[in-house]
Amino acid sequence: MNKDQSYWKENISLIIKCLVIWFTVSYGFGIILVDSLNTIHLGGYKLGFWFAQQGSIYVFVILIFYYAFKIDEIDQKYSTLNDQVK
Amino acid sequence: MSLQALTFLIVGATFVVYIGIAFWARAKSTNEFYIAGGDIHPVANGMATAADWMSAASFISMAGMIAFLGYGGSVFLMGWTGGYVLLALLIAPYLRKHGSFTVPEFIGDRYYSKTARVVAVVCLIIASVTYVIGQMKGIGVAFSRFLEVDYDQGLTIGMIIVFIYAVMGGMKGITYTQIAQYVIMIIAYTIPAIFISFMLTGNPIPQFGLGGTLEDGSYLLDKLDHIITDLGFKEYTTNARLSLFNMFFYTLSLMIGTAGLPHVIMRFFTVPSVKAARSSAGWALVFIAILYTTAPAVAAMARLNLITTIDQPEQEQNLAYEDRPSWFRNWEKTGLLKFEDKNGDGFIQYTGTENNEMVKVDRDIMVLANPEIAGLPNWVIALVAAGGLAAALSTAAGLLLAIASSISHDLLKGVFRPDISEKAELRYSRIAMAASIAVAGYFGFNPPDFAAGTVALAFGLAASSIFPALMMGIFSKTMNKEGAIAGMLAGIGVTLLYVFQHKGIMFIESTAFLGNMEPNWFLGIEPNAFGAIGAIVNFSVAYLVAKKNPQPPMEVREMIERIRLP
Repeated sequence: MNKDQSYWKENISLIIKCLVIWFTVSYGFGIILVDSLNTIHLGGYKLGFWFAQQGSIYVFVILIFYYAFKIDEIDQKYSTLNDQVK
Repeated sequence: MSLQALTFLIVGATFVVYIGIAFWARAKSTNEFYIAGGDIHPVANGMATAADWMSAASFISMAGMIAFLGYGGSVFLMGWTGGYVLLALLIAPYLRKHGSFTVPEFIGDRYYSKTARVVAVVCLIIASVTYVIGQMKGIGVAFSRFLEVDYDQGLTIGMIIVFIYAVMGGMKGITYTQIAQYVIMIIAYTIPAIFISFMLTGNPIPQFGLGGTLEDGSYLLDKLDHIITDLGFKEYTTNARLSLFNMFFYTLSLMIGTAGLPHVIMRFFTVPSVKAARSSAGWALVFIAILYTTAPAVAAMARLNLITTIDQPEQEQNLAYEDRPSWFRNWEKTGLLKFEDKNGDGFIQYTGTENNEMVKVDRDIMVLANPEIAGLPNWVIALVAAGGLAAALSTAAGLLLAIASSISHDLLKGVFRPDISEKAELRYSRIAMAASIAVAGYFGFNPPDFAAGTVALAFGLAASSIFPALMMGIFSKTMNKEGAIAGMLAGIGVTLLYVFQHKGIMFIESTAFLGNMEPNWFLGIEPNAFGAIGAIVNFSVAYLVAKKNPQPPMEVREMIERIRLP
């Protein structure tokens, strides 16, 4: 496998990791599991309701910056590799 | 100073800013007209994207919808923000790397086919025109309500303003005006929310206030649940929209629609690098989240304020119609609030049962009347007017640019007249922009019957046509032009068919051959939520057709490898 392919493979696994979290907080906590999470309280919020109207949005923001940061590291790693090959 | 004069002053001042920017940011080349020169800072682009994205629907209607739907309104909150994760991870960086001016241009290059490009243009125009009609209507309504000018006059003023900065400045002018519009919009949205949250809960941060306690020590949301269920409404924090299954697909449709709407994707062509495109999507969502996490607080607090103003624990202590406050009288005049004294006792009963006497409470008044209900100063009310207009104008301009550039760059330069010079193309792009404004204005003056439900439909159409074509174009090396074209046509076709069969052809109700009835819905999914199913159809058809046809040529495979690297 050449380095472009392994770069792409690392990128894909990072994307999948992020999308699992993306799915869990919105569709998982906000919709599918909402009733059971609502039995737990976070201050005046029912937890499932909080994920649907607040929490999922905060996690989305963090996820995008996390992805940007991580893929940047991977970019760096492969660009140094590039220099060594040259 | 009177409210009227103050509103003219503040709205007038914002318009001077927009026009000033138009003169300062004139586009001198096609590069500046389509992608603002490609050197916008990622944070600035994030702010412009937020304004581009948040339309009159987000600013005016969303909190009102949540106020009446409660938990069910979460589909809009999650759907219209979660799409940015898809955009940042799956679409924006790769399209930025490719370096095209428009979304159909990418599709044409990737699928080595002018037909694919034209199909993409058609999908783009159908989705964007349905969307822009709603904005034009928003501009007219905002003018007529706040400035007490005619709907038609208001719309004309709005069109002239957009015309000046969009035709002169293209993407460059639009970008800088959108930044100004974002600032106005977010100030106008958060100030009343902070005031109201502080008054109700003692906490000035609405996101905390919503989870906080009221003066009597009970939690705000518990109290709201308690009061409205006593009155016969459904419980606020658990009332699902139709079913959780339907909510799942509705949210999914809005998310993938967000990641497939060309006017949003285009904004990421204006930043200098792939790295900037990724972080810019993050900044865009930060700026959007400020409004989107405030909206649920505005919604619940407005609902509580409205109910407690009218209903009291003992029915005979309810608000008497004679004593109704001035905001009540003002909104009654617009017909958006209507009272009918069914039992003739002179008191208002606002309940979820058949005894309800508030026969009309339009959801759109929640955000607009909020400052008045809370008794905030006039300048805040004037600011809300300017904010509503900024929201409608910024989204309209972004959509119009997407339409105009797909006509001048994709159809004219790309397909019919490839030999025209850059200068001629710049001229044609301005003409296309002026023409798009005229067409959108025509629909604004003669709003078609289907204007109301169109914004959500635009998402379904983008979700079922453009998003899958882009995603397969980046993540599959074997997807060929036959598969992509068949997929786009099948996806948008099945979505339109589903909407038409339940809501009528072109929304003329009598032509709905299956009826707008829940039992007739496929798996109980409402028509507005069908985009996700359309996208699944798109992917499946594309896969099957692609298998039967030759693989894409070598150059295209090399192009895919190129865009995958930053």
